[in-house]
Amino acid sequence: MSAIFRREFSAYFKSPLGYVFLTLMFVYTGFFFYYVFGYGYNKIDYVFSSIFLIFLMCIPLLTMRLMSEERHNKTDQALLTAPVSLNGIIWGKFLAALSLLGISLIMTVVYFFIFSVMSTPQWSIFIGNILGVFLLGGALISIGLLISTLTEQQIISAIVTFAVMVLIYFWNSAVSLIPIDFIKNILSTLSFTSRYDDFTSGVLDFSNVLFFLSAIFVFNFLSVRALEKRRWS
Amino acid sequence: MIQIKNLTKKYGSTVAVDDISFSVKEGEILGFLGPNGAGKSTTMNIITGYLSSNEGEVIVDGFNILDNPTEAKKRIGYLPEHPPLYLDMTVGEYLSFMYDLKKVKLDVSKKNHIDNICGLVKISHVTDRVISHLSKGYRQRVGIAQAMLGNPPVLILDEPTVGLDPKQIIEIRSLIKSLSTKHTIVLSSHILSEIQAVCDRVVVINAGKIVADDTESHLSNTLSKDSRIVIRIEGPEQEVYNTMAGIPDVKEIKTMGLREDGIYEYIVEAKPGKDVRREIFKRMSTRSWAIMSLKSSEMTLEDIFLALTDGTFIANENNDTKDGGDK
Repeated sequence: MSAIFRREFSAYFKSPLGYVFLTLMFVYTGFFFYYVFGYGYNKIDYVFSSIFLIFLMCIPLLTMRLMSEERHNKTDQALLTAPVSLNGIIWGKFLAALSLLGISLIMTVVYFFIFSVMSTPQWSIFIGNILGVFLLGGALISIGLLISTLTEQQIISAIVTFAVMVLIYFWNSAVSLIPIDFIKNILSTLSFTSRYDDFTSGVLDFSNVLFFLSAIFVFNFLSVRALEKRRWS
Repeated sequence: MIQIKNLTKKYGSTVAVDDISFSVKEGEILGFLGPNGAGKSTTMNIITGYLSSNEGEVIVDGFNILDNPTEAKKRIGYLPEHPPLYLDMTVGEYLSFMYDLKKVKLDVSKKNHIDNICGLVKISHVTDRVISHLSKGYRQRVGIAQAMLGNPPVLILDEPTVGLDPKQIIEIRSLIKSLSTKHTIVLSSHILSEIQAVCDRVVVINAGKIVADDTESHLSNTLSKDSRIVIRIEGPEQEVYNTMAGIPDVKEIKTMGLREDGIYEYIVEAKPGKDVRREIFKRMSTRSWAIMSLKSSEMTLEDIFLALTDGTFIANENNDTKDGGDK
């Protein structure tokens, strides 16, 4: 797993992809920081609540090539015939993408310190926000990784991932259109936005942590199954 | 070293590999021969665990590839049809990554081992180059180097000399031959001379079925039981033909045309187990037509291959001919 992680992480910086992703993340988070700050608000959570929207655009970039490129270049033959488990392959790639996401969030720490200069720093809120953004990012990456496992074309992978993320972003409005209350109630518990909003508003609910962790495990598990299934078809 | 039992692989309704069984002994070089689309690559992909078979099992050095994939895969070095190269890496980085991926544990250091292999396949001078800038021949060699990492006891090489120039082909063949002292090798090819030059044993596969499994020399004997001779006779073509056709043991005569001044060539096929050379000599000498040359024509691997893969051979056995080309 560590070999795959290292190779995958360094691959981001061998093509423009990693730099483009980091640039976009820094520009967007910077813009939202400027926006919040410029309007006289002194709240880091306002910056964080906008990050979901940024993820929508940036995470497909991060995940589109993870498995699609391997399949397209037939390098998956090297991975699948090496003494590595399928779990090792998927988790190695997942962690590489998550690490790059982590780097892209470093600037938010700087913003937090800028805010704290002007008031008492609220560490608990900041830590909660950082945790929330990582869990949300992780869950979205596993979804992107699953989609990348299913197709050989990076561009298809990116577009489908983007479409799925738009659906997740507008989940609450979409679900509210369902006329049957029973189904509506069940589906609304799966809302990423409501649970992420809890984090940014400073509510640290353990069930939310568990929800995002479960999403990561479920989607990574499905990716492993998708890889496994390809050997049988 | 490798046991393959009743392997069957279907893609939807097409049968790519149909009930294949064979085994490879330690230190043997097995040639896997067949026309394009015969199921060579599919079989190799199953042996290495990239694909799963619908039926049957593969056992490598005592480990079943499905039940114990990690142990089995540790013992295999695989060069697929398209070398699995990361084009954005340099040769050195790539080999280092593959070394880690394969969890190689050896007495020598990682650097020494990689340097050693690069020397063997002659890529030491390109280790700092990015793979996407390398030519097909060099990429193929990097692929072979990758398969050799960790000195696995089994090497599976799918068309290892594709894309190499004639000089490199000779080098790689002699490299493969020299590797057989330490490795068991399965090598696929549709180039017959390659198999002839390198392999101890040949498995011929067509349309997913094994049509022959034997040593190369033995194979030509079994198929050319009916002795054919090539003969050149000085004399009028039609009369010579009729005289020879009068010999009871002669099965078939083909006239090959004028070869030298007044000398015609014929290919005479005798009935199985019969020798017609003396009879031909007697009849020709009574008419004083000189026999200028006479040699028995042994089947080359090319002939064997064509005889085996045009369907006639398999049809004799089970009246079941299939069109090749499924993949």
